[in-house]
Amino acid sequence: MITGTPKPIDEILEMVEPYDNIIVAGCFGCVTVCRVGGDKEVQVLSSTLRLAREALGKKIEIKEVCLERQCDPEYLELMRPYVEDHQAVLSIACGAGIQFLAEKFTITPVLPGINTGFLGVTERQGEWAERCQGCGDCVLHLTGGICPVTRCAKSIFHGPCGGSVSGKCEVSKDVACGWQLILDRLKALDQMDNYGKIKPYKGWDSSRDGGPRRIIREDMI
Amino acid sequence: MKSGSNLERVLAAGHFSVTAECGPPRGADPNVVLEKAAFVKGNVDACNVTDNQTSVVRMSSLAGCMLVRDAGVEPLIQMVVRDRNRIALQSDLLGASALGVRNLLCLSGDHQKFGDDPQAKNVFDIDSMQLIHMVKTMRDEGVFPSGDKLEGAPEFYIGCAVNPFADPYEIRVARLKLKMDAGADFVQTQCIYNMPKFIQYMEDAKKQGLHEKIKILAGVTPLKSAGMGKFMNRMVAGIDIPEEVIKRIADEPKEKQAAKGIEVCIEQIGELKEMEGIAGIHVMAIEWEEKLAEIIGGAGLLPRPVVEQ
Repeated sequence: MITGTPKPIDEILEMVEPYDNIIVAGCFGCVTVCRVGGDKEVQVLSSTLRLAREALGKKIEIKEVCLERQCDPEYLELMRPYVEDHQAVLSIACGAGIQFLAEKFTITPVLPGINTGFLGVTERQGEWAERCQGCGDCVLHLTGGICPVTRCAKSIFHGPCGGSVSGKCEVSKDVACGWQLILDRLKALDQMDNYGKIKPYKGWDSSRDGGPRRIIREDMI
Repeated sequence: MKSGSNLERVLAAGHFSVTAECGPPRGADPNVVLEKAAFVKGNVDACNVTDNQTSVVRMSSLAGCMLVRDAGVEPLIQMVVRDRNRIALQSDLLGASALGVRNLLCLSGDHQKFGDDPQAKNVFDIDSMQLIHMVKTMRDEGVFPSGDKLEGAPEFYIGCAVNPFADPYEIRVARLKLKMDAGADFVQTQCIYNMPKFIQYMEDAKKQGLHEKIKILAGVTPLKSAGMGKFMNRMVAGIDIPEEVIKRIADEPKEKQAAKGIEVCIEQIGELKEMEGIAGIHVMAIEWEEKLAEIIGGAGLLPRPVVEQ
């Protein structure tokens, strides 16, 4: 899922400072699962803003909505009848949802209520960790199902580097060395042959470096 | 000869080589490099010039190499893949070769987290293994990785680094072999203090005959004090200084610890010199270049041999 963290309330208050009538829009997708931008968070954030603004003597009207997904046009269209009755939309969906909202409703300012994080997993309740950078050229079959691009701080293809100590990365004792994980897994799978080969330079053109990416599925159009 | 560098000639002639390093300054003052190089001159076969080590911004390694050469010392350029993509790496390699640098050390580079710009974006477009491969392709085949022909191939004696003390130990020799297969002519090791572990590493390397195919230069760093040893153990990932080494220095009064550190370093060089498969020594006297003559001379490695081209 796409993860995120709430923006500090002071930053949000500064963003909405010019307005007294806004929409706070959540999303029932990833951000609901990682508890940063769902129905519940819309309610909590709206109440917090109302109280804070009341304390400042500058009341704010807030319409609370939560769309099925902010990254699909049909759900965004549901907002069309009332968007322009408001001065701004504060979205707590991921960056993709926030941008799609801004694209669809061109004359209404759209504000980000969360900082979008990474493609990750729920390791335990309240703890999420990155697993994928969406580089567009998956090599997990060669690396024991553990991604060197994401799990190694240097994204190297022939690790571990000289900074790996007791299974930890040189960056922090709280970060596992991705290459130690890869080696442990390759050993468990009896696939150590995959180590010891020089791999071709990675083509980053399938990653973000090739410019904004697009997937076109002719069979679905 | 692959590069014709002095270091390559000395090793090819079968001499025990000596390299040292100069860290460029945190500023644009050339005199800092020239002063360090004056201490290095005559004591080594080539001198590494570090490339923004520990991610702390310093004068560029190529500029440092030029200054070192002006001071009469053969430079060895260190190049990290942290700060340059493959376009910049190729370009800098061509530039360094054009300016006469003949020795190269291919490195990943410490993570930027350790430097003064921890918020910087890192590159790591290719890794150090692939950099070795890229330089070898350019040097030996006269082509860019893209396949296009070079107008003059770069001439480098290609080096790599290994850390026998990092984890997991079991792939450390395999990783040396990978770097050799990628095209490294020589290797400089991380600072050696844990001699039993290094002996084990060499035994494992020798089982595969690696010492006969790649010149292994053993790295040492003299300790200025027991405190420096403790600090390195704590702060530098992959450094392994056994308690007894630190104790030997700690047992001395403060004012004599530096001298003891040098004595221990000379002893280590003596031991490494006798070890089968070790082709040379790499002395990293960090901000202590003025002691190089004492250390290298004390180890009986002066004067340096002159090998004609």
